[in-house]
Amino acid sequence: MSSAENTAGQDTTGRPPVLLMVLAWLWVLVPFTYGLWQLLLKIPALFGS
Amino acid sequence: MAAGFLDRSRIVAPPGWSRWLVPPAALSIHLAIGQVYAWSVFKTPLEKGLGISGVASALPFTLGIVMLGLSAALFGTKVDTNGPRWAMLVATVCFCTGFLIAALGVYTRQYWLVVLGYGVIGGIGLGIGYISPVSTLIKWFPDRPGMATGIAIMGFGGGALIASPWSTSMLQAFGATGDDPNPNGIAQAFLIHGIVYAVFMSVGWLLIRVPADDWKPAGWTPKEQRVGSMISAAHVSARNALKTPQFWLLWVVLCFNVTAGIGILERAAPIYVDFFRGASPAAAVAAAAAGFVAILSLANMSGRFIWSSASDVIGRKNIYRLYLGAGALLYLTITLMTNSNKVVFLICSMLIISFYGAGFATIPAYLRDLFGTYQVGAIHGRLLTAWSTAGVLGPVIVNAIADARIGQGVEGPGRYTPAFMVMIVLLVIGFVANELVRPVNDRWHEPSAPTKGKAGAQA
Repeated sequence: MSSAENTAGQDTTGRPPVLLMVLAWLWVLVPFTYGLWQLLLKIPALFGS
Repeated sequence: MAAGFLDRSRIVAPPGWSRWLVPPAALSIHLAIGQVYAWSVFKTPLEKGLGISGVASALPFTLGIVMLGLSAALFGTKVDTNGPRWAMLVATVCFCTGFLIAALGVYTRQYWLVVLGYGVIGGIGLGIGYISPVSTLIKWFPDRPGMATGIAIMGFGGGALIASPWSTSMLQAFGATGDDPNPNGIAQAFLIHGIVYAVFMSVGWLLIRVPADDWKPAGWTPKEQRVGSMISAAHVSARNALKTPQFWLLWVVLCFNVTAGIGILERAAPIYVDFFRGASPAAAVAAAAAGFVAILSLANMSGRFIWSSASDVIGRKNIYRLYLGAGALLYLTITLMTNSNKVVFLICSMLIISFYGAGFATIPAYLRDLFGTYQVGAIHGRLLTAWSTAGVLGPVIVNAIADARIGQGVEGPGRYTPAFMVMIVLLVIGFVANELVRPVNDRWHEPSAPTKGKAGAQA
């Protein structure tokens, strides 16, 4: 698709393809949450000594 | 695969596309390449499994970071010219091929292949991948460039959080841990890393889109250019940017900000142990030190998003005043209070590391303010040589001074006092450099606003 096919200057936000949006964010947030959880598990030891 | 598939004209966003799909595309790349900071997971298995030294096992990581800076500097212009899909695909191929070659190297017991694969080829993927989404994010979020690049660069920090536990459990599953690790298990782990990251990163180059040339967010109008404003409406080429004092002042700012952060980050666990060993059992102190490393990782990652987003409100120069000025004061607080108050120590350390991460995340938006969007990716790539320099400078300063103090028989926090004083001086120099940053002289501006054909290739 060329830029000429777009509506020039039109804002394209606010009309997201919802399913794609949800899947795209889940794709990155699921592993990120796993990593964050693993990290949080280590923190209590800091206040135990 | 047709070359046209990678062409910028194929990824101009159609009507109905949301700019909020761009951050997940960027994160698909950054969360993957951030794995490099979890390399240490492989060190002990490689040393015991292949009988190599600690220096040799660190070589793929060290080379990877050096190649990151070099490839970002060398290929920055090409990344801007060819567009983000090309850059993300090249990054995916290089980074994942690096893992596959490393797997072959371990399987055939040819360690030089691990160094070549992960360090050199994978390192090129790191550099191209790191800068690949930056200029695109800045163009999609002209109203919030700090927040947008903060999300992506936070992903680079988050990559190690995912990779570290994931790689550890994989090595355990393949019998590649313990006193007699199976080298074939390490090879299997590298192979799976290469395949999984290839799939994960593919979402990045499939999903990425660039805005149409005259696109702008709803309800947003560019601020009118004021004389002396730090946010320029003009554009400077990468070649000309290198001739400006602003580029080199920011180089100093980034280099010293990173050096100061690495001062704590690189020796976080030993620093904690030396500060708070006290009468606690060794196992409890070791666990607490691991918690300290974890809490610093959290600060590093969240600082990239929080402070970089704040820079959209208070301005780039002001936020670096905070990173460098408050950073120096926080180091001074730790130096003076030592281990007398653990909560103060933790708060100061977390803030210092949050400023370290934020320094990375905010610099693309600072460059955009000064040099425009024309070749901001290429300029950012060249500036990352400051990171490579700091990556050597920081550990050398802290380790050399601390080791000398240990050799003199110094115990406790005193081991780090001179190193922290050096960090304070570096941060003050960085602060002064930031104060000297002024708008770029008109003579370096491109003759006219880049036209569609010229600028369009860089989104």
